[in-house]
Amino acid sequence: MPLDQDSKPSKRDFKVVGTRPTRPDGVDKVTGRAKYGADLYAPGMLVGRVLRSPHAHARFKGIDASKALAAPGVKAVVTAADFGSVRRSLRDVLENCLAQGKALYEGHAVAAIAAVDVEAADAALALIEVDYEVLPHVTDVEAAMAPDAPLLREDMITSGMDPAPTKPSNIASFMELGHGDVAKGFEAADVVVERSFKTEATHQGYIEPHACLASVAQDGSAELWCCTQGHFVVRDTCAQLCGMEVSRLRVTASEIGGGFGGKTTVFIEPVALMLSKKAGLPVKIVMDRAEVFKATGPTSSTAMKVRVGATKDGRITAGAAELCYQGGAFPGSPIEFGAMSAFACYDLENLHVSGYDVIVNRPKQAAYRAPGAPMSTFAVESVIDEVADKLGMDRIDFRLRNASRNGSQSAYGPKFGTIGLVETLEAAKAHPHYSAPLAPGQGRGVACGFWFNFGGQTSVSLNVQMDGTIGLSLGTPDIGGSRASMCLMAAEELGIPYDRVRAIITDTASLGYNDTSEGSRVTFSAGMATIAASRDAVVKLCERAAKMWGIPEDAVVWENGEAKPSGSNAGDFDPLSLADIAAKAGNTGGPIAGHSEINADGAGVSFATHLVDSEVDQETGQVKILRYTVIQDAGKAVHPSYVEGQFQGGAAQGIGWALNEEYIYGEDGKLQNAGFLDYRLPVASDLPMIDTVIVEVANPGHPYGVRGVGETSIVPPLAAVANSVSAAAGVRLTHLPMSPPRVRAAIDEARGEGKLAAE
Amino acid sequence: MTKVVLSGSLKAKAGGSPELEVEARTIRELLSVLEERFPRLADDLEQGVAVSIDGQIFRDDWYREIPPDAEVFVLPRLAAG
Repeated sequence: MPLDQDSKPSKRDFKVVGTRPTRPDGVDKVTGRAKYGADLYAPGMLVGRVLRSPHAHARFKGIDASKALAAPGVKAVVTAADFGSVRRSLRDVLENCLAQGKALYEGHAVAAIAAVDVEAADAALALIEVDYEVLPHVTDVEAAMAPDAPLLREDMITSGMDPAPTKPSNIASFMELGHGDVAKGFEAADVVVERSFKTEATHQGYIEPHACLASVAQDGSAELWCCTQGHFVVRDTCAQLCGMEVSRLRVTASEIGGGFGGKTTVFIEPVALMLSKKAGLPVKIVMDRAEVFKATGPTSSTAMKVRVGATKDGRITAGAAELCYQGGAFPGSPIEFGAMSAFACYDLENLHVSGYDVIVNRPKQAAYRAPGAPMSTFAVESVIDEVADKLGMDRIDFRLRNASRNGSQSAYGPKFGTIGLVETLEAAKAHPHYSAPLAPGQGRGVACGFWFNFGGQTSVSLNVQMDGTIGLSLGTPDIGGSRASMCLMAAEELGIPYDRVRAIITDTASLGYNDTSEGSRVTFSAGMATIAASRDAVVKLCERAAKMWGIPEDAVVWENGEAKPSGSNAGDFDPLSLADIAAKAGNTGGPIAGHSEINADGAGVSFATHLVDSEVDQETGQVKILRYTVIQDAGKAVHPSYVEGQFQGGAAQGIGWALNEEYIYGEDGKLQNAGFLDYRLPVASDLPMIDTVIVEVANPGHPYGVRGVGETSIVPPLAAVANSVSAAAGVRLTHLPMSPPRVRAAIDEARGEGKLAAE
Repeated sequence: MTKVVLSGSLKAKAGGSPELEVEARTIRELLSVLEERFPRLADDLEQGVAVSIDGQIFRDDWYREIPPDAEVFVLPRLAAG
């Protein structure tokens, strides 16, 4: 649905969209009333626990669960053998849920037990005998690419290379993209900077561990309660994995304690369903924190090389990058998105990016907000800063000189439509943060970032209740305030106060299909469907009013929540409110509802510029973030507080990724820091208030101009913080996270090379 | 005839040519022609690809019309977090 003609920012006065009603879910969440994944109980419920491989890489010749099955209180045991064959696109998902003959990472699920309580389940787990043959392992992306690396799959030949390699390796695929001629471009440059970078793997860090309650009845129908970003996709995936008809499985999404992309797939759900089927009772599985770290979906760790050339007058003549991402033990790292987004902020004549998708003995990666983009952007934006410095140009001016604009060819091919990167850069330059003074030992960083937005399949139902209040049925789990935003949009369309609309997330049996809450798509897609469903309801309300007045339908208009005759010729009738019309619904034709089932198109892309000031303690290497400003294009902020929350959350996660968060593996291939004590997320006391500026360059593809905002905010921070810390420390940091030992080592090395003054 | 550019990993599986000429009035027709011409693309096409028509990205909309002289890119399936 295209932008409403009167929605252009300067023209439209929204009545409720753009206001900040108190979030409707807050009280339940802080009082404990909200029901999360682990908060549902069923009579006769069993506890499910998972046996996980203690080895990073091992073949297993057999699993003997006979002693476990005979143990007190045990009702069922499940292994991969209980699942039938599935279509190719789901095979890796299934093998990740339960290992098939080979444990591919420490923590890989091998078997699962359902028992009457935790004690019985854990005691029985210890009785399952697995005959492991330990194999050599590899966890580092570069080590996995070496010719003598231990192989995870003896038959993996890298795809995307022509001619194809003759020997197997851990490189699942190779890709490249670009346009123009980078060799010529570099030749024409006055300044060329090339740097190598590494980033370590991180976890989305959601506070709520995965949890689900599965109940399979004797007739094969089933119910599943789980925390997820996409219960329709969970339904369809689990139905296929468990060999069920889709309509026999009803999935309800709980309130979610964070997902960020990590809850867009299944880990324990098919296992719980199969246990319940075998046991004949409901089964609940709740992961503990160590399991979340070891056996859900962290991000890729990477090794990257970036080269940028520019002329004296500040024009980039060529950009090139070579990216290596590991996606855990299965192909599918976000290497293509990393490649596509790396240079997306720049209008380049000559570009070449190549990428390797590598497998290692780590858990299968899952999406984390703008998958692939934060890492490649870190590398590119670091080099951009160095080039600007070498040219003696202001870092924002250099970016403005080369910024992607409306009509620029994007790095990934298609021309950009209406975009807001320049607006965010200009807002950054004009912001007081950019000109605030810095003390010695402090440094300022700036970085830009880009992310796609998606549309997708969406269904919304809007029901007019007898008292004129509105019930809105949505199918996209609320991970960022979408319930409130949908209510605002419905209220705007219907011309009624916000609090006359209530939204819920229904289960999969009660609404049409919805794609997952991901890809920054919800406010855009579910918003578009809500607007369409509201307009559908308005048409029907007018029809009923026309009937009640005995006038033609086209003689009725809808204004400020009421049906009115369109003019004095139409008749002299008092307006009818929603409540008036709804009260007579049964007499005028039946229940009144608006519907929309769409494949939402027209998503715009979102750009951001971040500013950060930091201070480095030269003695300890510790970094303190002093000030942080996020400036991002939201198209149209439906509920500005939620938009700001997304900006701040993405920044906070990016700061953690840049400074402290990393998966640390031992020589034994085991994760050393599988808990929040040693996997260091930023907490409130670590960070200053994160300031936000919402830029609104309307997306022509949405009636209100909405762009998705949930992901772009995590794209610039790694680079912005690295640029800031590098400036503060006086040495370029190229390995994330910039934990105190790394910063200190970089300072020491620079001092040793005479590049920095001694202490 | 429409000029179509395949992106990234898709290009390699289609013989590496930077630009293809395809006769297709809808996305569905375009994907059928690609599958017929380049069997190595079959898996990617089954998983789903994204098609950009004049800068607007469509993920599943088979019957979306491709205007003549449109700029068409075929990209890997876009998914996110």
